[in-house]
Amino acid sequence: MEAEDIKRAVWRMAHEIIERNHGLEGVALVGLQTGGVWLAEDIAGALLEIDGIKPPLGTLDVAFHRDDIGLRPLLPEAPTRIPFDFDGQALVMVDDVLYTGRTIRAALDALSSYGRPRAVQLAVMVDRGHRELPIRPDYVGKNLPTRRDEMVDARREGVDIGELVK
Amino acid sequence: MRHLLSISDLGVEGIEEVCRLADHFTEVSQRSIPKVPALRGKTVATLFYEDSTRTRLSFEVAARRLSADVMGFSVSNSSVNKGESVRDTVNTISAMGPDALVVRHRSAGVPHQVAAWTGAAVINAGDGWHEHPTQALLDCYTIRDRLGSLAGRRIVILGDVKHSRVARSCVRAFTALGAKVTLVAPPTLLPPAVDSWPVDIGFSLDAVLTDCDVVYGLRVQNERQSEALLPSLREYTAQWGLTVDRAARMKPDALVMHPGPVNRGVEIAPEVLDRPNATLNEQVRHGVVVRMAVLYLLLVADPNSP
Amino acid sequence: MSTVVKGGRVIDQIGERVADVVIADGRIAAVGPDLAGDQVLDASGCVVAPGFVDLHAHLRQPGAEEAETIETGGWAAVRGGFAAVVAMPNTNPPIDCAAVVREVLALGATAPCDVYSSGAITVGRKGEQLAPMAEMAALGVRLFTDDGNGIQDAGLMRRAMEYAGGLGVVLAQHCEVDSVAAGGHMHEGEWSSLLGIPGVPAEAEELMVMRDIALSRLTGAPVHFQHLSTGGSIAMVRAARGAGLAVTSEAATHHFTLTDEACASYDPVFKVNPPLRPADDREAVKEGLADGSVDAIATDHAPHSPDAKEMPFEQAPPGMLGLETALALGLTELDLPVAEVVALLSWRPAAIAGLAGIHGGPIAPDAPANLCVFDPDEEWTVDPDNLASRSRNTPYAGRRVRGRVRHTIVGGRPVVVDREIRP
Repeated sequence: MEAEDIKRAVWRMAHEIIERNHGLEGVALVGLQTGGVWLAEDIAGALLEIDGIKPPLGTLDVAFHRDDIGLRPLLPEAPTRIPFDFDGQALVMVDDVLYTGRTIRAALDALSSYGRPRAVQLAVMVDRGHRELPIRPDYVGKNLPTRRDEMVDARREGVDIGELVK
Repeated sequence: MRHLLSISDLGVEGIEEVCRLADHFTEVSQRSIPKVPALRGKTVATLFYEDSTRTRLSFEVAARRLSADVMGFSVSNSSVNKGESVRDTVNTISAMGPDALVVRHRSAGVPHQVAAWTGAAVINAGDGWHEHPTQALLDCYTIRDRLGSLAGRRIVILGDVKHSRVARSCVRAFTALGAKVTLVAPPTLLPPAVDSWPVDIGFSLDAVLTDCDVVYGLRVQNERQSEALLPSLREYTAQWGLTVDRAARMKPDALVMHPGPVNRGVEIAPEVLDRPNATLNEQVRHGVVVRMAVLYLLLVADPNSP
Repeated sequence: MSTVVKGGRVIDQIGERVADVVIADGRIAAVGPDLAGDQVLDASGCVVAPGFVDLHAHLRQPGAEEAETIETGGWAAVRGGFAAVVAMPNTNPPIDCAAVVREVLALGATAPCDVYSSGAITVGRKGEQLAPMAEMAALGVRLFTDDGNGIQDAGLMRRAMEYAGGLGVVLAQHCEVDSVAAGGHMHEGEWSSLLGIPGVPAEAEELMVMRDIALSRLTGAPVHFQHLSTGGSIAMVRAARGAGLAVTSEAATHHFTLTDEACASYDPVFKVNPPLRPADDREAVKEGLADGSVDAIATDHAPHSPDAKEMPFEQAPPGMLGLETALALGLTELDLPVAEVVALLSWRPAAIAGLAGIHGGPIAPDAPANLCVFDPDEEWTVDPDNLASRSRNTPYAGRRVRGRVRHTIVGGRPVVVDREIRP
């Protein structure tokens, strides 16, 4: 995917969010640190252009909630900032790449210590498969079949697939 | 890093890492449920041979906010009073498989000895006159929070430096981060060979008061009088107490710090403690997040990191 | 039944020569080339010296038999080449009267080395009232000390010196002014400052050395300074001897081999009294031993059970083992000719302890057969699990040293043969 493709996918996902939620009333976005933050910002920008409303935007770091703590070094990368109350809101979690689903599980866990949203939806730029948990995205930029030994990098500038360096 | 026995175990990078982690835990502490599962399934044991309300409580709150289980041992309610040796107690506690052991003892070096006897990570919560590293870390975090950075700051450590583990840890930590530290005390309350420390020495508080960024007061104990280290507490307060008059001569944004508990009216006047630049409550609050950071660093983060 | 020590280099007060030594009936029968005997002890490559004399050993009996007994301490002594040790009086009960002296001597009679009892200067080593020195001297006690404590009261020390002068015995002082040392557990200096351990300044020792030199001048009585650890003390002793005063002194092995930096491990095995000092003091002790200002190497052998040495540094008792490593450390660290090290370990301490006729004398026919045969070049590693002492608190674990005892003969009996004890 090139930068143009990313832009189009963001635009499409923004439309789908508005459609699914019948507008942006009671909708908030949370980007997962660090890869999901740019995407959440871009989706929020698209929503503003389409609907004239910029929904509340937060960031979430899930390092303290992961279930693979102890299996690998784990330092939080960037702060969690959710400067709004999302009780009763529909919360769209945004991440760059959906893979095993463990980050999303940790994020759901983390969210519960901030409040109780009405619904949680998931938007990702790339779904690369290989799920290990019963988690599925609501909004997808692109489904991209991969091998486990590949690495996927999704940025504004495009999506790269590389070999995992061991 | 396997244990935290001295500030020297951390180095500059380690201190900065702790502060960075503490920022995250500050955010966690502001959540409606201020608790994360990071240490779920781990056990933190506290072994305190000396009375302490705030330090022990602070460690226990920190451990619980990380979802660790907490085991508490204190002299008064364990078999220590029956003459059980430190080694036997450590063996017993170790057999229960704790992941971290938080140790306080009235003698210097006990945490070092414990570290040799247990497989758990050992955190020094104060040993004799030697060190109290988590206190110095929370103090660094507090100064950093208020003043942005310690580099180039002038910090006066005031009072009974000789008998103070807090002072030894703070001097190591503050100077590592680039602060200029001046010890101000009657010579009887300065440590021996203090000229080998990386600090300036002053006799008069008045001489350094006007251009310092932090006055860090230490507790002066009554028994220093009977040991002939001080003629009287009254004389101490007159010469070295942070009185209202003296506090008024400090720079407006200069901080007044103290590790607590304060002898109100001896080291620091009560009115000075109520001023907005006195950070005592913040220090206590920061104690929890800094100790969360230390526990996280020792029990979760990459053992090869600083 | 005779024993011959063959092929060694004999070193004693007379000098140095290659000779075999024949022993019979507890005495030396012959010294010369190509001698024969019923039992042959190989001494090739070795020095044959008078058995060593330790002025300062804590044998812990009576009272602390879990740390050492006179018998186990005796085996440690002979393994280190010592044929005689002077037992310190800080036992429980303390050696402060004839009854306890008799008990120690009776236990010592069956020990592998000769055991001499010291006696306390004051009752209970409390520094308040003179102990019955005459009744102890009548049992053969020649050295009096309150070791572990210095005598704080200058007036009392003056009277003790005057009284001892009449008995022909020597007073030995553990120099430490309590009010200056108060509460200290290591040398007061840069390291104690960093480590947060209460310190003992060098001056706590030096003040008492200064005082007792003055009292020796006043009373004319001899005084012996135990385990000197500071450059200041040694300089004062040097000056006092230069002025003709009857002052002698000893230095402990650890004070010329270790420094206060060792305490940085917080391992109480490095806690000792007087404490380990900085490198300058260590060098001053070496100089004192080299120029004769210090007469003797003493071990200050102080066994403690593992439990005691696992306590916090500030609560653990002071003291370290010394008997089995003193010779090797003297040879390795002192940079002195072998004959000088032998002098510091044998005839000089023997003279101070009043044992000149029995120990440390020339290796010649008819002399008592107390000998130490050691290889001055053999290298070995100190292993706490391979010590004859009942305790393990050596500060030298894992240290590579040079010079090892091969045979020790006490009263004609080979008690160590080929490095092994012969119970």
